Amino acid sequence: MTRRWRGLGPHVVLVAAVAISVFPFAWTIVMATNTTTDIYHSPPKLTPGSHLFENIGNVLANIDFFGSMLNTLIVATVTTALVVFIDSLAAFAFAKFDFPGRRVLFGLLLVFMMLPLQLGTLPQFVIMSQIGWVGTLQALIPPALANAFGIFWMRQYISGGVPDELLDAARIDGCGFFRQYWNVAVPLMRPALSFLSIYAFVNAWNDYIWPLIVLTDPSRLTLQVALAQLNVGHNTDYSMVMAGVLMASVPMVAVFALFARGFIAGAAEGALRG
Amino acid sequence: MLSYWRQYLAISPFYLVFAVFSLFPVFFSLFLAFQHWDGLSEMKYVGLQQFQFLLRDPVFWLSVRNTLVIWVLSTVPTLFGALVLAALVHSVRRFKGFYRIALFLPNVTSIVAVTLFFGAVFSNNFGLVNAILGAVGIAPLPWLSNPWLIKVVIAALMTWMWTGYNMIIYLAGMQAIPPEVHEAARIDGAGPVRAFFGITLPMLRPIILFTVVISTINGLQSFSEPQVLFGTNAANASLGGPGQAGLTTLLYFYQEAFMNNDYGYGAAIVWAFLVLIIVLVLVNWRLVQRGRKP
Repeated sequence: MTRRWRGLGPHVVLVAAVAISVFPFAWTIVMATNTTTDIYHSPPKLTPGSHLFENIGNVLANIDFFGSMLNTLIVATVTTALVVFIDSLAAFAFAKFDFPGRRVLFGLLLVFMMLPLQLGTLPQFVIMSQIGWVGTLQALIPPALANAFGIFWMRQYISGGVPDELLDAARIDGCGFFRQYWNVAVPLMRPALSFLSIYAFVNAWNDYIWPLIVLTDPSRLTLQVALAQLNVGHNTDYSMVMAGVLMASVPMVAVFALFARGFIAGAAEGALRG
Repeated sequence: MLSYWRQYLAISPFYLVFAVFSLFPVFFSLFLAFQHWDGLSEMKYVGLQQFQFLLRDPVFWLSVRNTLVIWVLSTVPTLFGALVLAALVHSVRRFKGFYRIALFLPNVTSIVAVTLFFGAVFSNNFGLVNAILGAVGIAPLPWLSNPWLIKVVIAALMTWMWTGYNMIIYLAGMQAIPPEVHEAARIDGAGPVRAFFGITLPMLRPIILFTVVISTINGLQSFSEPQVLFGTNAANASLGGPGQAGLTTLLYFYQEAFMNNDYGYGAAIVWAFLVLIIVLVLVNWRLVQRGRKP
């Protein structure tokens, strides 16, 4: 008996931790599929109900859910594409070329990574109002582009993942810097590019503070800002709120489920080398 | 220099964007902290007035206290729990991948969604938590109106979101320790607990230091949690819930700068706050460093 059960202790604790970790997802489904009266009853109803579509209908009546989701999708896609391009190109230059000032510039990058970005929120807003972007979706993009972590992370990957010999061979064949980046390095850094894409996309999708500040036009919000508006008033219809939470979370959980392994490995690696 | 123009061109987009949207704003906000400005009329230089007011502003200090309490209540269980879970995942043979994914999952959800969930579950009247307490004969607690319980709810939320993330980092660090080291310890007669404190923990020190710094920087910037939990109410200018118990410093900054349009004072708050973050990072750094055996 001892031998068989000795290894079980850690699993018991871990399963309990997993239960805490996934419980909110399960309970969100229960709340979103019942009526508020059913859940806030004593004792509460603990099983999924049949009111999901009714609750979704209430969400759609309260906020422009799909409109704001489309806005988020547009912003997150553009941001991700730009971040991945800007960061991978800069990282390629840092990883494979020696140019004057390289060390200093890269050192600055590491300092930037630590900077609490909220510090610049107010002047960013002033800039946006000067150029007339307050209330527009494009105002969300520039602040998200200065992603020092992305460059840092990509550089680590390129240093090891793109062999110098291949770049030398390409150079001998007459490839310039940008051809080497595009034709040699980019195909070799696919795994890193996909990690950075998911990372940037999830960040852009979940971003809240800056959109809350700069999106002043109530008819043009991102998903998170619209979602937060469900929580107003004293008699909150929690089932409706949770239906909104469920609808907004499904895409991210799906993305995570598809790329979980690579994403987790990437996050850990980035932290370890830092 | 000229022959490197392509490399400079390649790195320039980042530095340009950074200079305009991050670096310039940081210094511009320092400039603003010495002005009186509502964003529309003429700026007026007021010297150190904003900072003098700040030092005597009870709401600012309340927000600092709130921020620190929430930060301690969330960071300590997060990092401690992450370390324990990482050691456990590292020790088991089966289901490693499953545990990693399941425990990391909370980190990809949005703060808004998680906060709405916690608000529903900790609701004072018939929330699930109070229902469970009721079932075991404990009177319902005023989770969202008692100053301490408000902070506990916010900290619980942050702990839920960030434990798995830190666990993954610790786990990667543990996996990077060569197995021979543990093997040698085992031969010398060290049990798993001894090995953990004698080998794993000291070798993880740089990583623990990293997570402490990151948790300090991130944990002190709590904003969305209280903001979403208690909503923005135009009629009620004081944010942060009953008694402003959930008013964090960033939330106070948001209130002053963007709801009251007091840009100068908002900038002063944010700069005072930066100093606080730097001091705390340095203190924590020293604490973790000092733990090192001579």
